[in-house]
Amino acid sequence: MKQKIKNLLIQNVVTIVFVALCVGGIIASEQPLPFIVKELITRIGRNSFLVLALIVPVIAGMGLNFGIVIGAMAAQIVMIFLISFGATGFGGFMLAMVLSTPLAAFFGYLIGKVLNKTIGQEMITSMIIGFFANGLYQLLFLFLIGTIIPIGNEAYLIPGGVGIVNTIDLKGNLMYALDGLWMMKLPLVFMITGVICTVLLLIKQFMGKKELTKAQSKLGYVRIGMGVSIFAVGIILNVTTNIYKFFDIPLVTAFFIALIAIFNIAIFKTKMGHDFRTVGQDMHIAHVSGVNVAKRRILSIVISTVLAAWGQIIFLQNLGTLNTYGSHVQISTFAIAAILIGGASVTKATVGQALLGVVLFHTLFIVSPMAGKNLFGNAQVGEYFRTFIAYGVIGLSLGLHAWKTFTQKQNKDKIDLE
Amino acid sequence: MKDKLSHLIKNIGIPRITIVTLLIVIYIAAYYLGLNVPSLFSDNLVRMGMNGILVLAMVPGILSGTGLNFGLPLGVICGIIGGLISIEFHVTGLLGLLLAIIVSIPLSVITGYLYGLLLNRVKGSEMMVGTYVGFSVVSLMCIAWLVMPFKSDAIRWPIGDGLRTTITLTGYYDKVLDRFLAFPIGGVEVPTGLLLFFFFMCYMMYLFLRSKTGLAMVATGSSNKFAKASGINVDKSRLISTVISTALGAIGILVYAQSYGFFQLYTAPLMMAFGAVAAILLGGASAHNAKIVHVILGVFIFQGLLLAALPVANVIFPQGNLSEVMRVVVQYGIILYALTKAGGGH
Repeated sequence: MKQKIKNLLIQNVVTIVFVALCVGGIIASEQPLPFIVKELITRIGRNSFLVLALIVPVIAGMGLNFGIVIGAMAAQIVMIFLISFGATGFGGFMLAMVLSTPLAAFFGYLIGKVLNKTIGQEMITSMIIGFFANGLYQLLFLFLIGTIIPIGNEAYLIPGGVGIVNTIDLKGNLMYALDGLWMMKLPLVFMITGVICTVLLLIKQFMGKKELTKAQSKLGYVRIGMGVSIFAVGIILNVTTNIYKFFDIPLVTAFFIALIAIFNIAIFKTKMGHDFRTVGQDMHIAHVSGVNVAKRRILSIVISTVLAAWGQIIFLQNLGTLNTYGSHVQISTFAIAAILIGGASVTKATVGQALLGVVLFHTLFIVSPMAGKNLFGNAQVGEYFRTFIAYGVIGLSLGLHAWKTFTQKQNKDKIDLE
Repeated sequence: MKDKLSHLIKNIGIPRITIVTLLIVIYIAAYYLGLNVPSLFSDNLVRMGMNGILVLAMVPGILSGTGLNFGLPLGVICGIIGGLISIEFHVTGLLGLLLAIIVSIPLSVITGYLYGLLLNRVKGSEMMVGTYVGFSVVSLMCIAWLVMPFKSDAIRWPIGDGLRTTITLTGYYDKVLDRFLAFPIGGVEVPTGLLLFFFFMCYMMYLFLRSKTGLAMVATGSSNKFAKASGINVDKSRLISTVISTALGAIGILVYAQSYGFFQLYTAPLMMAFGAVAAILLGGASAHNAKIVHVILGVFIFQGLLLAALPVANVIFPQGNLSEVMRVVVQYGIILYALTKAGGGH
């Protein structure tokens, strides 16, 4: 038992450290909790989708896909054109989703092709591809639009007629196109979730076909208890005086995120997902057992890139301004830092880790400027600190992983020699 | 003959041929657009000497098998600290630059040693780990610049906390190397001191690579097993190469700064490694092989391209910053090309 707890602690050391950092940051920032919760809800809705785009390539053994930046670029290309031609509302949003899919898939295919030439160095390559693509992206929007490629509305051109303006306001066209569809108050969300969970669990407990063992039945009751308490929290929030009951939850966005989370779980139950896993574990064995390794690797990147494009559209419709040359730049760093903080590694990532990571990373993001100000008398310290956290956690995680693989390889070589 | 030609093209590589052609075209265009070509060329020489040592810092890493040193910002930061200390004590002129170099060398040797120890534990992923170690340290140093106890008015903000984002070297050692023995020839101003120092460092590297330690390092890079079999301590060779690379990064940024006229703090060193990497690759190096001539050629071509493209692009295309976009495409394009050539694909 003691050993078990120790192992659990060691395996989750990164996450535990960050939970502690978040709690410390919240205390040090002296910001009111409702403010933090409200910010956090917005940021979870905004960023979860992008982080969930990272999972498939990790399982397929391609590491953390820094190339999701390019998915984001595909999304922005489509969005800028659609907005210039007057797309608005949910229709415009869905059109952006649909049109960005083939573009992102095509980009993903190209990235996959390159990554198949650089096996073992996928991450650095995907990062450099991102930088390279950013150059081409700037070429497109700064020089080709207005000269070779026409655009729907001249108002989006830089005065002089060449190139797209720096920032595009999404108010009145795509802002809240998804979030705004159906907002629900927080207590009601709790109540409904509680009821659904309880009912589903009750059905499983009493109407299931399989006979439950004693332990299973016990666990079942605990789960039902949790379902009821979620409902109870909703009731309490609703009847007491508190500020939380006025918080809005974007239900459709939450639904989209849930859908993609389920996709990430379900895909690994299919033949295709199984192939991904085999390729990720050992390319050679996968090849011998008849999996087309190159094709599967490309497919994993295509999926990731398309999901990233969708994620970026959701991100931007919430944010409300599209920074033509900046919105996509830090996407991969922040998404990857988040999933790593949640406990993922270069070879292992789950939906739970992605979501937990988003919560922790963004809590830290919200509180660190004020915490920096209170602790060091300078808000800039906090801002630099969070950038450091993003880069540092990626560096640390990559380093630890490389160290582990290298030691394993060395041990294997030793055994081979003997 | 045809075979020989295609072999030659394959050897030089299509990206290199494209870039060199582009550079020549840009110079010709500059001439016809009525730009001052001699002054453009002298700026090209300055930029070559200015960036040269940072590019030279790539050589030991590539040869010892640690790969392209994306952790160059570590050395850059050590160099900047050395520079700030010499300003703090108000040492000016060549002596100031010399003091900066002398202070920065032990700093960068220690940093390089620690960094080298790390790289020896992550064999196979040095480039990725190096990149993020560089990024992390640069962002951590951003906090450090805010709290460092420098007193000089040239370094601190007059009001508020922390050090300035750019520190002017006028009155300290602005262009001391550039101006040293400089002479004009046919409209071209030759920055003698700068070039001499650059070539001197190149020559030192050349000598080092022919020394016993240097040869051991090269052997390590070409084959780990062979090196081990001939009794070379692989880890030690790699360590030495990283230390030298970091120290060259420190010296490199000081030479860069004296020519540029400023130190840039905070996030400025973040992406510095990529330019240096691109330059040496353009010169003909690969992820596994580099020569001094690749450094000299590469930095001349790459910096020449960046420099000459700016005025030419501005005449042809007044809006926007076409040359900056071109820099991004060329810089990362060549790195990407080298990665795919080095790759482990089958």
